[in-house]
Amino acid sequence: MTPFKGYLRADGRKGIRNVVAVAYLVECAHHVARQIVQKSDDMDVHLIGFPGCYPNDYAFKVMSAVTTHPNVGGVLLISLGCESFNRERLKSAIEASGRPCEVLVIQNSGGTLSTIQKGREAVDRLKAIAATTPLVDMDVSELVIGTICGGSDGTSGITANPAVGRAFDWFGAQGAACVFEETGELVGCETIMASRAITPELGAALEACVQKAEAYYTVMGYGSFAPGNAEGGLTTQEEKSMGAYSKSGAAPICGILQPGDVPPTGGLYLLDVVPDGEPRFGFPNISDNAEIVELIACGAHVTLFTTGRGSVVGSAISPVIKVCANPDTYRKLSEDMDIDAGRIMEGRATLDAVGQEIIDSVLAAAAGQRTKSEAMGHQEFILTYKAFDPLGPACLPLKRA
Amino acid sequence: MPEALILLHPTDNVLVCRETIAPGTPVTIDGEPVIIAQPIEVGHKVARIDLHPGDKILKYGAPIGSMTKDTPRGGHVHMHNMQSDYIPSHTRNASGGAT
Repeated sequence: MTPFKGYLRADGRKGIRNVVAVAYLVECAHHVARQIVQKSDDMDVHLIGFPGCYPNDYAFKVMSAVTTHPNVGGVLLISLGCESFNRERLKSAIEASGRPCEVLVIQNSGGTLSTIQKGREAVDRLKAIAATTPLVDMDVSELVIGTICGGSDGTSGITANPAVGRAFDWFGAQGAACVFEETGELVGCETIMASRAITPELGAALEACVQKAEAYYTVMGYGSFAPGNAEGGLTTQEEKSMGAYSKSGAAPICGILQPGDVPPTGGLYLLDVVPDGEPRFGFPNISDNAEIVELIACGAHVTLFTTGRGSVVGSAISPVIKVCANPDTYRKLSEDMDIDAGRIMEGRATLDAVGQEIIDSVLAAAAGQRTKSEAMGHQEFILTYKAFDPLGPACLPLKRA
Repeated sequence: MPEALILLHPTDNVLVCRETIAPGTPVTIDGEPVIIAQPIEVGHKVARIDLHPGDKILKYGAPIGSMTKDTPRGGHVHMHNMQSDYIPSHTRNASGGAT
């Protein structure tokens, strides 16, 4: 195994990037934060933020997790001043992780232009501190890898998704943590998924996650998993969901995460993205990047994004690798696609060969190579409101020894 | 000329068609020649072995339903000879089943 170098953080975790994050804590501070990032003109200074003025425990947890992600070397918080986001508590959490953090409150900093100027100076200080982070050997087992699908079509479940599953099986066997999600697209395979749980109690919790998603999406009016959908050769509900589910590979499932939970061990995890209780804040995830942010909040160093129709997004904080399922889409959008899994449809590559390419691309990204979306400056980030109940005791395995 | 049928998982008992197959087309399944009798569209399933009523169909290495009719190796597997084993959770709840 070719070793690669990681940025060793004070909390012991290792990152594959050394990002300075500029985070707005309410939409009213978004413009100032964006100007600071744009004027910094550095691929490793990223804009993140939360638009809401009202407090939300979930948003705080995700923002804490993202700003203390191993790919982050320093954080600048941009507050308007009167929003309810607890900036002092967030600053304390970031500093407790050993990272430098500065806060600028626009209402106390002279306004827009003055805060932008102070912010640029703060970014320079944070970059200088982040640059002193030691680079050390990093093992594959220390990686956290997420996967999602977006813009799926009939090819996704035949090419890109099972190829990602092959890669997940390999990374899991190396001791890495692999995270899949989208419980709303797992309706019909919850029993199959539960049978892969390492304990019966976890199996029951996995089934409950999918039943919650089914109920939630039904209230949203998008319970679109009608049995008997025969399009594209799909015969049963469970077969249809299996196309999305095949991203998870074949390894045992060792736990359930909520957004912001870092996997305590290597192995395969389901990320439960659907809020608990009565639907309150609308759709669980309004678009693909909301899910990518949640994977990153769980520590994902890299996200494997399978697409049939052709998404072009990347992400702030952690690189996204695009695995294109459809060969026609690849020909149209090759400048955005890292992996051409559609070759499987045309008999030009096997699932195993594409799975190996995905493994190699993750290792290359971990070694510092920019993915397509990363190199083009894609740094999408969306965080909205949610509410979760605490996880049950069966959901997480014991911590790494 | 690549094979028109692909195996998604080693334990699967169906293969997936990746280009339209006309009736009478010879293909190879696990190294043995088989003539495909029915037209098969992209994304549809073909029996990898002889299948019988009650057999669990494995795709992606996972059960996706059960056979309702005998189907020979190379036969089309779809609504006419296979059914779902899935019971939606709202049906389970209404029947007082598992929660």
